[in-house]
Amino acid sequence: MASFKPTKVQVYPKLGEKVTQDTLYWKNYKAPVQIKEFGAITNIDFSPVAPHNFAVTAFTRIHIYGPFSQEPVKTFTRFKDTAYCGRFRSDGQLLVAGCEDSVVRLFDVSGKVALRMFKGHTKAVHITDFTSDRYQILTGSDDYTCRLWDIPNATELNTYQEHTDYIRCGVTSKLNRDLFITGSYDHTLKLFDARADKSVMTMDHGQPVESLLLYPSEGLLVSAGGRHVKVWDLLKGGQPLVSLKNHHKTVTCLCLSSSGHRLLSASLDRHVKVYNTTNYKVVHNFDYAASILSLALAPDDESIVVGMTNSILSIKHRKSLDESKEISGQQRRQPSYRVFVKGKNYVPKQDDYLVSKPVKQHLAKYDKQLKKFNVSKALDTALETWTRLRKPEITVAVIKELDRRGTLKNALAGRDEQGLARLLNFLIGNVVDPRFAPVLVTAAEMILDIYQSVIGQSSVVDRQLLRLQELLEREIDYQQDLLEVLGMLDTMFASSLPRKEVPCPGTQTTDITKQTFWYRF
Amino acid sequence: MVEHGDIRVVHRGGSKINFREPVITHDSRYLLCASGECVKVFSTSTEECIHDLRGHTGLVTGVLLKPSNHLQVYSCSADGTVRLWDYTDGILIKTYVIGCPVYSICASANHEGVIFIVTPMLSDKRSDLFQLVAVDLPQSGDQLVEARELSAVLSDVSSNPAAIVFGRGGEYIASANGLHLEVYFFKKQKSYRFSLKEDNKKGGKNTVTCVACHPKDDCIATGHEDGKIRLWRNFNHKKEYTYSTLHWHHSAVSSLCFTPEGTNLLSGGMESVLVQWRYNQESERDFLPRLGSAITHITVSPDGALFCTSHSDNKITIIQSCVKVSAVIQGLVKGESVRTDMMVDPRSKSLVLNGKPGHLQFYSLPRDKLLYNLDIVQQEYIHESGLEQFEVVKAAFDASGSWLATVEERKQKDAELELNLKLWAFDEQTQSFVLNTTISAPHEARITAMCFCHATDSQTTMLVSTSKDGHFKAWQLGAPAHTEADEGPSWSCDFVGAYHGLVPECCCFSADGSLLAVSFQEVVTVWSPASWELLTTLSQPPKAVRDLCFGRLSCSKYLLGTTANNLLCCWNLLTCSLEWSTSMDISLLLADPLTENMAAFCCQAGSTDLFVFKPSEPRPVFSQKAVCSGKVTRAVFAPREEMLESCEESSQWLNHSQLYFLTPYMDLMTFTTKAEEDRLMASSKQLVIDDSVAMTPFYLLLGKHRQQEDADPLSGLSAERRPLPQCSVAIKELLQTPAHVLPSTSFLCSMFVQSLLISVTNGREETKHVEEEMESEKEEEDSEGEMESSTQRPEQASLGGQAAPALTKAQLRELKRVKKLDHSWFPGLLHS
Repeated sequence: MASFKPTKVQVYPKLGEKVTQDTLYWKNYKAPVQIKEFGAITNIDFSPVAPHNFAVTAFTRIHIYGPFSQEPVKTFTRFKDTAYCGRFRSDGQLLVAGCEDSVVRLFDVSGKVALRMFKGHTKAVHITDFTSDRYQILTGSDDYTCRLWDIPNATELNTYQEHTDYIRCGVTSKLNRDLFITGSYDHTLKLFDARADKSVMTMDHGQPVESLLLYPSEGLLVSAGGRHVKVWDLLKGGQPLVSLKNHHKTVTCLCLSSSGHRLLSASLDRHVKVYNTTNYKVVHNFDYAASILSLALAPDDESIVVGMTNSILSIKHRKSLDESKEISGQQRRQPSYRVFVKGKNYVPKQDDYLVSKPVKQHLAKYDKQLKKFNVSKALDTALETWTRLRKPEITVAVIKELDRRGTLKNALAGRDEQGLARLLNFLIGNVVDPRFAPVLVTAAEMILDIYQSVIGQSSVVDRQLLRLQELLEREIDYQQDLLEVLGMLDTMFASSLPRKEVPCPGTQTTDITKQTFWYRF
Repeated sequence: MVEHGDIRVVHRGGSKINFREPVITHDSRYLLCASGECVKVFSTSTEECIHDLRGHTGLVTGVLLKPSNHLQVYSCSADGTVRLWDYTDGILIKTYVIGCPVYSICASANHEGVIFIVTPMLSDKRSDLFQLVAVDLPQSGDQLVEARELSAVLSDVSSNPAAIVFGRGGEYIASANGLHLEVYFFKKQKSYRFSLKEDNKKGGKNTVTCVACHPKDDCIATGHEDGKIRLWRNFNHKKEYTYSTLHWHHSAVSSLCFTPEGTNLLSGGMESVLVQWRYNQESERDFLPRLGSAITHITVSPDGALFCTSHSDNKITIIQSCVKVSAVIQGLVKGESVRTDMMVDPRSKSLVLNGKPGHLQFYSLPRDKLLYNLDIVQQEYIHESGLEQFEVVKAAFDASGSWLATVEERKQKDAELELNLKLWAFDEQTQSFVLNTTISAPHEARITAMCFCHATDSQTTMLVSTSKDGHFKAWQLGAPAHTEADEGPSWSCDFVGAYHGLVPECCCFSADGSLLAVSFQEVVTVWSPASWELLTTLSQPPKAVRDLCFGRLSCSKYLLGTTANNLLCCWNLLTCSLEWSTSMDISLLLADPLTENMAAFCCQAGSTDLFVFKPSEPRPVFSQKAVCSGKVTRAVFAPREEMLESCEESSQWLNHSQLYFLTPYMDLMTFTTKAEEDRLMASSKQLVIDDSVAMTPFYLLLGKHRQQEDADPLSGLSAERRPLPQCSVAIKELLQTPAHVLPSTSFLCSMFVQSLLISVTNGREETKHVEEEMESEKEEEDSEGEMESSTQRPEQASLGGQAAPALTKAQLRELKRVKKLDHSWFPGLLHS
């Protein structure tokens, strides 16, 4: 006497991205904290010293937030016009910012009024930075010049007038106090040495350069402009290494993870992409609500801060260790484990007589009902809300099993408005899924056959039937389009294949799967 | 042509055991059932077949215990004889010649010396009318008796043995035929006839399928085609009869049976559920579900302790009082057709083919016993007629037997074809196949052929399947695709090939795996599996290629194919040209995996001829006309376990492997040589020495031991307390004696075996013939006893061994009886 064989629930290959170490790492952030600023957020900079506050430049203000505060701990408001590029010095004491009114202001982080004002530029200053010796400031402006300033006496040290368009990005070397790189809308990147009067290296990016990033080793330079992200080898005289084109709008910001193994790029297309810096493949992707202008990572990747054009600042904090554990802990029910394990690990002694107990077969609820041939009840069980929404493959497996037993018609028949609506709802949700389509199409046909006579009696059911019809018409159109594409591809393959003496071997299958048509509706 | 007188086609096992109702003997120890042309005696406890009662020359149609002597059994056969056997010894006692085919037999204790048989109506030659005849068995001492005293009891009866049954104490006999129930009372010599309408109101069919009579009460139960059971009472009146109806079965009731006390009624049918109805409280029912397949017969042992059901898949189940299945006797399962090819499992060397629905059966050929069923479909089987089920249609083993590929399909009306390709890995730990990969919808249409690459040295295994959708696909075992998957390697598609949109029909790998031949209608394409390059095409228009086969060993340069217009072609792959072709209507071509030989079954004038040939030689090695009638479509070369050493030219092809084939009537046949048959006969004679049933050596060792324990509770207790080896002094001593003092192991072993064969403890029944033998045996026994304690005197033991072959036949028989005594020396040894 064999035991009942439970219904086989087919395992479908998982759709969507695969779970890798990277997805686990980058998914391990809490839901974002969103703060509304006064205008588009153009720059975010983390303080290099603990507690790692960050400066957010938006419109005419610079806000400084604490690592976990949702209110700014400090605000700098003394700007006549839009402020740009608020950056911390390496000791976290001073902050420099450019402004639309061409004046560069230097603040004490604890103070309120500007310590120094650097006047000399004739147009808006979009880029400011401290050199590594902490006593000089680099600025770049829309007047095509970049300048070096001395902090103590607020004088201009040098002016470089080599760019032929707005200078919108720049970065100073952290290892050498004399080196800095600027990027301009004239498509070039220029490496300057403060000891020389001219640029020492020029690289052509091809698009207006929006952002620059130096690797910690400073051997590699990353530039973003247009849709491209390019990596340059500075030690080989500015030789281009890789060109990445993963965004479909202008890339606005670049950032390196704290380990230096991952590169992040943010773009106007509302995505942040994470690249592996060894092979420059995209390993993860974040989606945001609006175009992204600025991006920063806290030290140790503790939080990701993103500023968008709709003036919203989004802060994602990393989940702490016990928090991520908690979630897996919740899935296991606490007290029952001891009950299950009770007596299981008892080792029989020498004289004990072991009575073997048959292992009780555990059956799912729908299987129990199928065993009793309660087909309608089994289908009802499989259509319960949780199963229907979370595990549609179980519902489909039960429908398939009923079809195999030849009792699907009986199970589908005799339903009231509510039951039928639930069934149709499920069909509408899943009938176009290529994994379930073959099974559900038969079920849909049967439903139409059975309930033909009651069409028109219930508005709910009628509306759903109309939706189903609409859905199927659309699907047929898609399929037709797909077949057309397939046909085009076939002709292309056929014409591109070289003629051989031997009759041509079979073509490799194309990725597009052929699907069957349903014309019955 | 060479004379082939010494090679015979023989029927090889797997005959039906569910053809007629089995019989359980009075002591419930044996089960007798008709099986082809013999009656098989099984042990109910061990499931072993103990005897074949051979002698009938036609199909055995009934088995019946002799009412007056429970140790004898009648069997009737279509050859027109009724034979009386002693089933404990397997001896034919008497043969009654009736003269016309007998279809069933029944008897009652009330009618001494008379048996009732069903024969065709003698008056007219129409074969569809049968009559019940009483035969007075003449009392004579002869072996062969003519029983011509026939007197008709009932005319127009059914040939179905379940439709005629004796009533309470043999007072009346009930017979059902079609819609009529007829009851004949022997005292009154009068019969009553009751009829039913053809259909009842709800459209159920009223045709009676089986009848049972209550043993203590005047009640007849009839089972009907629509699943109803009617209980008839008051049937000794023409008009006032009554019946009540029981209904549980949804399709025809195929068997009914009352328990000996009449407390329960058992019924069974297509649903494969044994239903037990309480007599007089019919609302209370017990069920024993999922017995495997449709129940065809139900029997109850005379003491009511054992039920026995036979099933449509050639199986007999023994059930202990409707609760537990205690034994299953399973023959070779035969469906209507074998859809998978016949194969030989390279590991177990068993025959593999379709078995129960959705299963593959592994059948041991030398033991004629089913080893196990492998559940391929893994779905609950719904016993309902007209339901399309998943069927295993293709199966293939790889060279080492570590992979099995199966294809199952299910075709519903106006729905898509459902196809599953499953790959099974052999698990060393559980010694069975474990599902590794399921590929649903591997092709868009039916799969026409499938084969594994048989190269033994290749690192990766490859499977090729061809389908009606015009493609052939190569499947390969790949490493796990991504790192986070914890499961092992799985199969995936490696290559999809097509040739001008033609439909591929068959495929074949060369022996070294370097070439793959796929036939596309009339074109044979040869591919290189390493690079998937089309190497060459061969064709022999105008008809499609039916079968493809690469030559082996020295003939590996040849590729053979048969075409639909009766051509056998042989291509030379070195020159890519046709070497030779001959006109033959070949239904099946297959290659022996161990030699260059190929077998071709050739259909000619309604019967099949066999040719065995080498592709390189023009003359066939062996040929036999009219192997069987009809077309042979399934055959297999099964490698032998030990090679035969035949030097004769005609039988040399049977040295390495044996050829089995299935006739259109699903009989498994094989070819044997004279020498082999002789050897088999000899070995079977040796096996029959121990004819006491269930007294297997295991029983002797353990059963006796247990009995002694039971008899002596004290010693039993002490035995339980102490571990076994410690209490046995002899073994302990044997184990502790230094090895260099002991005689050689081969010597000890031969002594042990001899003591197993001939032992002496009770000399009561010994005749004078054996007495000298006994003397030497005793000496041997003594020597053994001493040997175990002191391990000396090895010389004397050979005496027994030398004396044994000198026995005459009479002595042999005596020895047989001596054998029946026990192996009590061993338990004694354990306790000493």
